[in-house]
Amino acid sequence: MDKWQDNRAWFMVLPVFAIVAISAIIPLMTVVNYSVQDIFGPGQRVFVGTEWFKEVLTNSRLHDAFIRQLIFSTLVLVIEIPLGVLVALALPKRGWGVPVSLVLLALPLLIPWNVIGTIWIIFTRPDIGLFGAAINGLGISFDHTANPLDAWVTVMLMEVWHWTPLVVLLAYAGLRAIPEAYFQAARIDGASAWATFRYIQLPKMRGVLTIAVLLRFMDSFLIYAEPFVLTGGGPGNATTFLSIHLVKMAVGQFDLGPAAAFSLIYFLIVLLFSWLFYQALQNVGTGDKGGGR
Amino acid sequence: MARIHLDGIAHSYSPSPESDPDWALKALDQVWEHGGAYALLGPSGCGKTTLLNVISGLVTPTQGRVLFDETDVTGLATEQRNIAQVFQFPVIYDTMTVAENLAFPLRNRSVDEGTVKTRVAEVAELLDLSGDLNKRARRLTADAKQKISLGRGLVRSDVAAILFDEPLTVIDPHLKWQLRRKLKQIHERFKLTLVYVTHDQNEALTFADRVAVMQGGRILQVGTPQELFEAPVHRYVGFFIGSPGMNFLPCALDGGDAVVQGQRVPLGPDVLAAAAKRPAQAYELGVRPEFITLDGETGPRLDISVGKVEDLGNFKIVTASVGEHRLKIKAPEHQSVAPDIAAVRLRPDMVRLYADGELVG
Repeated sequence: MDKWQDNRAWFMVLPVFAIVAISAIIPLMTVVNYSVQDIFGPGQRVFVGTEWFKEVLTNSRLHDAFIRQLIFSTLVLVIEIPLGVLVALALPKRGWGVPVSLVLLALPLLIPWNVIGTIWIIFTRPDIGLFGAAINGLGISFDHTANPLDAWVTVMLMEVWHWTPLVVLLAYAGLRAIPEAYFQAARIDGASAWATFRYIQLPKMRGVLTIAVLLRFMDSFLIYAEPFVLTGGGPGNATTFLSIHLVKMAVGQFDLGPAAAFSLIYFLIVLLFSWLFYQALQNVGTGDKGGGR
Repeated sequence: MARIHLDGIAHSYSPSPESDPDWALKALDQVWEHGGAYALLGPSGCGKTTLLNVISGLVTPTQGRVLFDETDVTGLATEQRNIAQVFQFPVIYDTMTVAENLAFPLRNRSVDEGTVKTRVAEVAELLDLSGDLNKRARRLTADAKQKISLGRGLVRSDVAAILFDEPLTVIDPHLKWQLRRKLKQIHERFKLTLVYVTHDQNEALTFADRVAVMQGGRILQVGTPQELFEAPVHRYVGFFIGSPGMNFLPCALDGGDAVVQGQRVPLGPDVLAAAAKRPAQAYELGVRPEFITLDGETGPRLDISVGKVEDLGNFKIVTASVGEHRLKIKAPEHQSVAPDIAAVRLRPDMVRLYADGELVG
């Protein structure tokens, strides 16, 4: 087929451009718009430049929420990634056990996020909840509405229960994609189970684990619905993560300017961390920047 | 180093095999002598990889015993058998350097570092990998990766046999020849037992001292390339080996002759004697295209009519017909093939008789 030049082809891009504009660019620009203005009411606004940015960057309650968020996301990655890989390694490789375990694992992923919060409220209630009542029955006092540590334990348990299956499914897919010849070669080379994991399974899972780390980081850094339902950010501010704080600012206090400025910073932080993780995971163990053996 | 004896081996992937097709490998007895280079040749699904996996221990046979020298290794796991295997696709450890890849089997066996160093250097030298020792293995080309796979077998001094599962599949054609030559050299130098699985007859015939032709889970014939070419014991071997394959002309026996479409081809007395002892439903005359001449003066004569002539550059393939049967003839390049040639001559010592697909005499 002959090729010809016709700039009218650019019109073909219009539908996509319109959709992206409505779904992403216009809302984002609205946020940018809010972030540089003080809005008193319809038609009443003042341009304030970077004032809101300065305010949120020096806000100590936001700093606390940011540190809380970092601790939370770090714990999520440190627990869920190794646990997910371990569970994936332990899953059956063939037979009826495969579909059964995959369906069971996928169940938490199918439940709406606010329902997850509700399930865990009931599950951990000290009076009637299976977990809460049982642990109090053992003589350990446990109440996630009163004790910050208990609230954290509950949020972490819920998060691990909810999202580790995603890591498991990704890791399992990565493991199943390794050709059988690699394992046969490892057996012939006399490799131990650990060596097989370290030099075959782990390197071959690089791609899926990169996805898992990115997804789990982004999701956990943006977590809102589950802790909002479970603890509402409390007790005190113990589980007030960044998005809970943001919603309080924007919807509770109607501080649209600072909330918009913070949204943009929030977005850039997630982008930056995701980029760092991606770069690190692409290069680890390849000898491109040290690492590996 | 070892002699490999397959004693009554049969394998089925089904847990309760009943009928013949359930068996991926039909019962077979076979001895691979110490230091021999063997090829298992056959089409996809003929059981050659299953047989290789039985030897390496990746598959435990349903029946029979595998003996290395006099030791029964049937129940032993792969890692206890002292074999090495090179797979169809290069298997290397991505995150390691070439040197670490080569050292891996030794380090896993807790060999002391000094020995590891010398062995790795020796093997790298042998495989022309010395310059790449500190490179990451995953950056090398497919043929270098295959050499690493082979090297991981060669570093171990106790290896009984090296098994190859279609190792040249992903190698560029011009490098295949080099790699095959390297294998030959290594074989001559170390006198290891090599078993090489392939579906490519050129590979099998150039690599191996003896070739086993397999089909449908059976070994049909084990022989030198010359034996397979000149006296295939089964119709299938004649058809599979050679390009084009052997011609088979249905015939009847009458007196001392085979009768093809009313034309008489005399047979040797020993063939006739053997045929008399073996009653059969159908007889066929087998002649290789190489042993038919268009301008010969002697030998049995067959009337033909010439159909198509293909010039392949260094020889010509003439497709002719004998009555309703087709006959392929390989003619030298310089010979001009006139379309009115009416008869060919067969080399009498290369005319074979097949009864129900099996060689007679």
